[in-house]
Amino acid sequence: MSFENQLPVLPVIIPMLGAPIALFLPRGRAPWAWSVIVSWLTFAVCVLDLTAVLQRGEPIPYWLGDWAPPLGIEYRIDIANALVLALVSGIASLVFPFAYRSVQLDIDARQSPYFYCALLICFTGLLGVTITGDAFNIFVFLEISSLSTYALIAMGARRDRRALTAAFNYLVMGTIGATFYVIGVGLLYQATGTLNLVDMGDKLVGQDNRMVQAGFAFVVVGIGLKVAMFPLHLWLPNAYTYAPSAVTAFLAATSTKVAIYVLIRFLFSVFSFDFAFISAAFAWVLLPLGLIGMFAASLVAVFQSDVKRMLAYSSVAQLGYMLLGLSFATVQGVTASLVHVLNHALMKGALFMAVTCVVLRAGSHSADAFAGLARRMPYTTWAFILSGLSLIGVPLTVGFVSKWYLLQAAFSGGYWYAGFLIVASSLIAVVYVGRIVELMVLREPAAEGRYAIAAKDAPLSMLLPMWTLVAANIYFGVRTEWTGDLAARAAEALLATAGGA
Amino acid sequence: MIAPELALPLSLAVPLIGFVAIWRLDKAPNLREAATLITGVVLLALVVSIFAAVGAGERPEVTVWRMLGGLSVSFHAEPLGAMFALIASGLWIVNSVYSVGYMRGANEKNQTRFYMCFAIAIGAAMGVAFAANLFTLFIFYEVLTLSTFPLVTHKGNDDARRGGRVYLGVLMATSIGLLLPAIVWTYAVAETTDFTPGGIFSAHADAVAPFAGVLLGLYAFGVGKAALMPMHSWLPNAMVAPTPVSAFLHAVAVVKAGVFSILKIAVYIFGIDFLAAAGIGEPFMWLAAISILLASAIAMNKDNLKARLAYSTVSQLSYVTLGAMLATSMGVMGAGVQIAAHALGKMTLFMCAGAIYVAHKKTLVSQLDGMGRVMPITFAAYLVGAVSIIGLPPLGGSWPKFFLMLGAADAGQIAMIAVLMISSLLNIVYLLPVSLRAFYAKPPEEGAGGAGSRKIKEAPLFCLLPLIFTALGSIVLFFTIGDLAAYLEPIAEHGAEQGGRP
Repeated sequence: MSFENQLPVLPVIIPMLGAPIALFLPRGRAPWAWSVIVSWLTFAVCVLDLTAVLQRGEPIPYWLGDWAPPLGIEYRIDIANALVLALVSGIASLVFPFAYRSVQLDIDARQSPYFYCALLICFTGLLGVTITGDAFNIFVFLEISSLSTYALIAMGARRDRRALTAAFNYLVMGTIGATFYVIGVGLLYQATGTLNLVDMGDKLVGQDNRMVQAGFAFVVVGIGLKVAMFPLHLWLPNAYTYAPSAVTAFLAATSTKVAIYVLIRFLFSVFSFDFAFISAAFAWVLLPLGLIGMFAASLVAVFQSDVKRMLAYSSVAQLGYMLLGLSFATVQGVTASLVHVLNHALMKGALFMAVTCVVLRAGSHSADAFAGLARRMPYTTWAFILSGLSLIGVPLTVGFVSKWYLLQAAFSGGYWYAGFLIVASSLIAVVYVGRIVELMVLREPAAEGRYAIAAKDAPLSMLLPMWTLVAANIYFGVRTEWTGDLAARAAEALLATAGGA
Repeated sequence: MIAPELALPLSLAVPLIGFVAIWRLDKAPNLREAATLITGVVLLALVVSIFAAVGAGERPEVTVWRMLGGLSVSFHAEPLGAMFALIASGLWIVNSVYSVGYMRGANEKNQTRFYMCFAIAIGAAMGVAFAANLFTLFIFYEVLTLSTFPLVTHKGNDDARRGGRVYLGVLMATSIGLLLPAIVWTYAVAETTDFTPGGIFSAHADAVAPFAGVLLGLYAFGVGKAALMPMHSWLPNAMVAPTPVSAFLHAVAVVKAGVFSILKIAVYIFGIDFLAAAGIGEPFMWLAAISILLASAIAMNKDNLKARLAYSTVSQLSYVTLGAMLATSMGVMGAGVQIAAHALGKMTLFMCAGAIYVAHKKTLVSQLDGMGRVMPITFAAYLVGAVSIIGLPPLGGSWPKFFLMLGAADAGQIAMIAVLMISSLLNIVYLLPVSLRAFYAKPPEEGAGGAGSRKIKEAPLFCLLPLIFTALGSIVLFFTIGDLAAYLEPIAEHGAEQGGRP
């Protein structure tokens, strides 16, 4: 029972045990400090997991309670999910310390233990979904993260009552998604008699019947709802807009990314390309939806007067890129998709953090509140500009790396028209990011008194994590061996299993 | 002499150091300007050493870091890039001296930001000049766009914002929307984006052939800085900027980076032979010809001197594109020489326009009657610059026209010779009258201040010296063209050499 043997389960165990403890801590600073410690410990463990996988060169299995799969639940860490684990815990270890001042403002002090407890539960769920190799276990963790997310979003009600309807909407949509997923898993269980993903993949080989097809459809739609795949994205803009700002920063960088990962896992390691209906789904469902999502959501983003909502729509558009990448069904395409999962988390996390800083000082996330901020909040403004450039895909940022991989996948896959649509939609990003940057840099501040703008920048406790994330945007934009090369290895491994091994 | 392998990265680092120095010296304007000038001189020294090494036949190459699999940020020096770097870094000093005079004379705000952006922009121009592959070129091309945006919007009023929006919009839209896909496409086909003598497509001719024309179009329009019509609208809109910025855009770095990129892509990616064999250059040659004539026609109708010069630039830039698309040795030679000649000529003209504004706040051609007697040196320099742009001896601008005509004859495009001749005539029509009016027309009756208008009142010395310098440069270029042509020989010769082989 050495430490190393237990390493694969620790990313779930640590926050899971940490969450209830937060509940019993005295209100105020303590629950926050506790959640920060938990997130850092988890991050450390996740990094150890990642290095362990890289050293071993093959997936690390872990049998819960030593029950052998397919009966028992198996955790299975390979490069793909180790990367996502590191991403989710890394973002958490930055957003949690960042959250304190903003949560102080958004949440009633009496609720703070509940808030941090819910945050840790959500964190647990996201990590669990990523780490597990069991289809039903995914459902359990998905629900754990979703239920806590509903609560977290609803806590935005103190600032804006519309958070309640946003949370309720998400509750309904999220439940439908989870139900669809579990129906799909049920059908696949019927067909294979197993819930273990690897085992399921093996047993599905050669099975091309109505049940498997229905199971596939239910799973894809169910996860599609969680991904906010266009046109199943309707819950997302309101949820992101009205949730407490720090929660938005966390969710935007993690939850949809985890869902995309699950989708990739199902599409490539459970199902394989031998099925004709899967190629049809790629060509006629994922590819067009990805393209339409890219454009429709980007265009909607241009006309938003609320910056959080604008960024939320931009997220839907960016998810379109990820869907597009995986719909090419090539190693390069899946690489591009995974790279963008990582990179988009970095840029959207940083952008929403910048908005959180503005909300703290200006008291609003409406676009008007951003006017003339460059002089009052220079560090926040520059963080927004740099991560905005990253979102557009300017060279030397992660956004450019994503775009490059995606374009390369499009051109070498023969989807040259998709290549042009990708760049065209990223030009729309120039418009909506440029609009806010212009407001911040070139406009005079709105009339006195309308927004309670303090003439100082955000506190260091917020600037430091935010700028760490901005620096990551640049660093990983220049050094691509952690994102690009690892994603390529992960994609190769995923598609190798999809080959029907 | 410093080793060229070291000078290459240093030429990018020095402007960055200058940037920091300028930033830290915010409170001490004199030291701040000194920092700019020292940066310029050091940079020029570095570039001269690279230029000399390339002239001696060296081809230094440095890889800074590798990323994205087979791609890398690398720099190399070859004749075309070395020439562009020399022009840019040399004229940047001139431009900086002029900026000091202009910005102080006109009492502009935010001068520290202004010089900081300038330092980044010249660094980016060096990056473009020495880029060893398309990927590196693209990175610095974008840095150049972004760093000049605050310069264009410097005045911060509604006009500046509108102009800046068009500037950024067109340049970003073309570069991300067309240039980037073209580069990725190139990489997907040829598995490299390295600038290689003779081009990289000749080895993949079969794979490229079906869409070579499309690809060339993506490059021709994607490099928005080359201002090939209809991608030129950013240039006149950028006229809202202070004059030193206009000079920087039109002569020192920005548009030159554009046409330089076009020429470099034509020579080192497509290869002259491939272009000539595939015959894909012809539509773009005609487009360039239309650009040349149409922009001249528009320029004639502009009363604002800077706007007139801006359209003249659009027209002159297309000479370079035209030369590249002719796909002959002489065409490429003409295009290369045109970059140098136009830089000197247009620099002079813009600085004259700025000097007139600083000294007398006049911006319209119709206000210039009789001004030649008030600002004799400025208008003499203007005449030199104008004649050079028109292309008459004994000024540098006459050579590129000569080479281009030879190139057109080689390519069998006799119509292009006619286009070049008509263009020169049009240039005479819209450039010369400015100085004619200034020297010969009667000054208008002036009200209160009429008596003083006869006295000589030139712009401050900081404004005046640079334009004298560049005017003389145009004359020197006429007599030293043989050296420049010999220097550029390797890029132009390659096509002929290869073409000569069976």
